[in-house]
Amino acid sequence: MIAEYLTTRFGLPEWLACGGVALVQCLILLGIMMFAAALFTWMERKVAGRIQDRLGPTRVGGRFGWLQSVADGVKLLAKEDLIPGEADGLLFRLAPYVSFCAAFCVYLALPFSNGWVAQHLNVGVFFIVAIAGLEVFGVILGGYSSASKWSLYGAMREAAQVVSYEVPLGLCVVIPVMVAGTLDLVAIGNMQRGWGVNWLVFHNPFLFITFFIYALCTLASTNRAPFDLAEAESELVAGFLTEYSGFRWSVFFMAEYGSMYAMSGLGAILFLGGWHGPIPLAEMLGLSYANHAVLGWLGDLLGAGNFLCKAFLGVAAMMWLRWTLPRLRIDQVMTTCLKYCVPLAAAMFVGTMLWTYALPGGLLPRSTPLGAVAEAPPWTAPRAARGERP
Amino acid sequence: MPLLNQPVSLSHYLLVGAILFACGIVCMATKRNAIGVLMGVELVLNGAAVNFVAFSAPFLRGDAELALGLDGHLMTLFVIVLAAAEAAVALAIALCYYNTHATIDVDQGDELRG
Amino acid sequence: MINWHTCFFLLFATITCAFAVAVVVSANVVRMAVCLIASLAAVSGLYFLAAADFVAAMQLMIYVGGTLVLLVFGVMLTARGPFVSMKITPANWLMAGLAGGALLILLLCAATSVDAWKTAAVAASAPAAEGGHTVAPIGMALLGIRVDALEQANPALRGGIAGYLLPFEIVSVHLLVVLVGAAHLARARRRRRPAEAVPDASRSA
Repeated sequence: MIAEYLTTRFGLPEWLACGGVALVQCLILLGIMMFAAALFTWMERKVAGRIQDRLGPTRVGGRFGWLQSVADGVKLLAKEDLIPGEADGLLFRLAPYVSFCAAFCVYLALPFSNGWVAQHLNVGVFFIVAIAGLEVFGVILGGYSSASKWSLYGAMREAAQVVSYEVPLGLCVVIPVMVAGTLDLVAIGNMQRGWGVNWLVFHNPFLFITFFIYALCTLASTNRAPFDLAEAESELVAGFLTEYSGFRWSVFFMAEYGSMYAMSGLGAILFLGGWHGPIPLAEMLGLSYANHAVLGWLGDLLGAGNFLCKAFLGVAAMMWLRWTLPRLRIDQVMTTCLKYCVPLAAAMFVGTMLWTYALPGGLLPRSTPLGAVAEAPPWTAPRAARGERP
Repeated sequence: MPLLNQPVSLSHYLLVGAILFACGIVCMATKRNAIGVLMGVELVLNGAAVNFVAFSAPFLRGDAELALGLDGHLMTLFVIVLAAAEAAVALAIALCYYNTHATIDVDQGDELRG
Repeated sequence: MINWHTCFFLLFATITCAFAVAVVVSANVVRMAVCLIASLAAVSGLYFLAAADFVAAMQLMIYVGGTLVLLVFGVMLTARGPFVSMKITPANWLMAGLAGGALLILLLCAATSVDAWKTAAVAASAPAAEGGHTVAPIGMALLGIRVDALEQANPALRGGIAGYLLPFEIVSVHLLVVLVGAAHLARARRRRRPAEAVPDASRSA
């Protein structure tokens, strides 16, 4: 759309305009991801300090020790970069970037607000789940190419764990998709417009339970404690990260935080209304495209803030769990997945199916937003509605 | 290459499919590692799947009414699913082979040679 | 005629072909797996460009995310040394190269032989920019209902369009059989290696 504007207004060739717009979008997303990683490293320390009653960053400086993130970054960049002599150098260097690219590509299809998405895909949900599953390749490659048994053990555990947890994760994602009837994340978010009772998590009791299974599987698939067996420092030194240091280690780290944030965001869209809050503030203030384009844009901006807050709270919950629960054993991890999560998710699937069959309108009355229903911006409408060829 | 000056059409996709297919054949022929042979099979299957998808897109060809449409997509889906099943069985066989022969080299499995 | 469809097609096609060749020439099986991952991920990009969005997502999810993880798993379970490579003789290379080259030339000639295949019907970027809306029609077709049959202009072709309920059911039963069979084949026979079959069985699920 912006590319079309550039082409018609300034006469740029199409490929240049599209490429430029794509580059800018990628840079914005990259900036969001970097900022989130820096913020989360600081927050992780603070949360850990509060929960475990120890000192968080206090001495480094800045209010609440925010300079700690900067100090971390400088330390990591300045550190010597080691590659073990036995290692497969190419794969060893490549592995962090594989993880990072996978974590980054998730953001390409993740909408931040109504229509605010780098690449609007009709199969957005599947795309995100598929790409998030690719992150494991970086870990496997890093573990395998390090030529260290700790790394290899960590990588094997990671592969078994992530691949197993993709099954219940996929099932949990399919359930809200089944209720929504579309794979388009923008459409799923927009159908939860209005008060908080419209959120899919409150659609029926099965979806409510599904949300918690999804949260559990998210923890496991992003490798967070209590499922961080791939880097269990008490048994495996640091698992697949044993041989990594300096910048490459920090790339893995950023990928981890990036995917945590992305998976929280996906959960927020699928279950918690996405950019539509518990209180329809944008509708109350009359910020809709029906009134004025600028007002509609402001409403979308408010929605984006809402969405970012929800995803942020999801990450905070992950940190809370990390510093509260002890690490599981690998057999307990697999038992949790195969004996509890998969059957439970399947039961929730059947339950939701029967529920939507018996009560197509839902139990709770769908509350309408105040005043006029916000008009969706034109680019989110299906193509047939815009009179184009189907 | 005159094809490089034209807008992307069906032939371009078919060329990619052909290269994938040929690479897969050579990979199957030259690898001694059983899993390497399996990777060749995956390449061959993907070459075929690219052709299916390309033939099903009506906007890539002059005779748009002959496009496969959804049938090509469905065939590709079946190819992908069956390839996953095939990989699972083949890897189980490879593990079995490794357990009995203590190697993954397919040239060592010649007990039945007359 | 450089539009973004052409740009991205050239990008993805180059990645696909280059890494497919790299799979063939690489001797290290882990590097082969990495190249295969890159090649097949780029193939899914080609699917997106050909307006097959659901197939592309499935390619990423099942093929790249499932099958290839399984392959890498197999590599790790069967590797003896840290980085195994098995050499073959130059004569073998020559024969395989000749056969593959002949096949490639044949296929290239076939691909460029039909004139209607060389002309794109409309500006290719218009439909591909939207991505196809294929999810719902594919879902209906798997249930045996062809909603796209109504759009088929040619009545002679419309008659041949059938649903895919029976193949879908056959594939699902086939997957179940494969799951059981793979778990049975890969089970630990010798008591000394009890752990190997377990991750594989869970993967097939």
